Amino acid sequence: MQLSTKHLLGIRDLQPGDIRLILDTATQFKEVLQRPIKKVPTLRDVTIVNLFYENSTRTRISFELAEKRLSADTINFTASGSSAAKGETLLDTVNNILSMKVDMVVMRHSASGAPHFLAKHIPAAIVNAGDGINEHPTQALLDAFSIREKLGALEGKKIAIIGDIMHSRVALSNIYLLKKMGAEVMVAGPPTLIPVYIKEAFDIRVEYDLKKALQWCDVANVLRIQLERQNQPLFSSLREYSLAYGVNKRLLDSLGKSIVIMHPGPINRGVEIDSDAADSQQSIILQQVENGVAVRMAVLYLLAGSSSQAPAN
Amino acid sequence: MKTILNEQQLAITIQRLSHQVLENHLDLENTVLIGLQPRGIYFSNRIVEQLKQQVSPANIHYGKLDITFYRDDVRKGLHELNQTDIPFSIENRNVILIDDVLYTGRTIRAALDALLDFGRPAKVELCILIDRRFSRQLPIQADYTGKSIDSIITQKVKVFWKEKDQKDEVSLL
Repeated sequence: MQLSTKHLLGIRDLQPGDIRLILDTATQFKEVLQRPIKKVPTLRDVTIVNLFYENSTRTRISFELAEKRLSADTINFTASGSSAAKGETLLDTVNNILSMKVDMVVMRHSASGAPHFLAKHIPAAIVNAGDGINEHPTQALLDAFSIREKLGALEGKKIAIIGDIMHSRVALSNIYLLKKMGAEVMVAGPPTLIPVYIKEAFDIRVEYDLKKALQWCDVANVLRIQLERQNQPLFSSLREYSLAYGVNKRLLDSLGKSIVIMHPGPINRGVEIDSDAADSQQSIILQQVENGVAVRMAVLYLLAGSSSQAPAN
Repeated sequence: MKTILNEQQLAITIQRLSHQVLENHLDLENTVLIGLQPRGIYFSNRIVEQLKQQVSPANIHYGKLDITFYRDDVRKGLHELNQTDIPFSIENRNVILIDDVLYTGRTIRAALDALLDFGRPAKVELCILIDRRFSRQLPIQADYTGKSIDSIITQKVKVFWKEKDQKDEVSLL
């Protein structure tokens, strides 16, 4: 049992077998997290640097916790307050850190493809924790894990991804993953936030009517409106967006069936989702966060195992 | 291939071991049994089956432990993961670890580490079906031994179980 890849750069490069292996491994780690001592000595000889060039709460804490639960040594790096602010290049920064004998790099960057660039130039294993508008593979994996836990399987399930598809790396990773695992995928939102080619590119459904999308799906993954990435107005106001595309309890109750509500966080309450829906019984938003640690432990564990197959130097 | 225990001998050995356990832990009142994943489970299942005929099933606390995350050879390659299921507290109780073959002792070392993360047992004992003597790399011995054998490194002990391998037998390859 081993991953077919040395890095986790995106779901795009993974085989269905890799995804299954990660999810199955995460199940075992989830059991570890229920124990009185929630820590195993597995990666005690591994050093991991968390390289965050972009803000993050959940992903960063989750990765850090996953590393600590595996007994790895961790270093945290944030772009602000480092020499990156003085103009040091990404490659120089990473090479300097690696010369201090670091085995793995967990990286978030606002430029799409930054981890792929690093993977070509450095020997350490790289985990993409989100790159620009490209991919956020561990989020897609934990989403899949949460769906599988809730509904028992991914195959044949109908998942609607709702909101700002255009600027969402979560959406892209989710689409790749769900398609590979045999789920049916729909994206829904205002036309200005859905890339025009997406239907043909991924062979998925596109819906512009929120209610129809909710009626079709088993699981609704509601995404955040990423105002920081929108450099031109794509809808007239947040209030108007909320009226047309905000998920709320009244809408969910009118469906005549119970669907699962997910959100990768951070939530803009009252914009893409109302509190009465986000905090309802149907929501598994906090379970997603809990599962994130187990899934990231699985990813780190499997990558540490696969990179060690190469002769150490 | 040489047979060490045939089906009948294996059944008698398992019966004897379960009686020996009861000798020291009458009624299993403060004692729990933990089988080691993956292959030790077949053996521990049989032991528990025997014990159920001697003591009230309500007294039997039986768990399964996977030690993969505690191995000292993670960097040499990954092993298949199995389920850990210990649905009771081991705090201040007697724990009997159960595995099929005791060889270098490294698996038991990892199991002890794993076990201590679940609490502080009063006492830990080890029940083994086949003890490969003189090949230990750590100072670990069994408290209950099915059969001791002398073997060289190139030989392999294989335990077959009906549930998985269609026959009950222990052989030396």
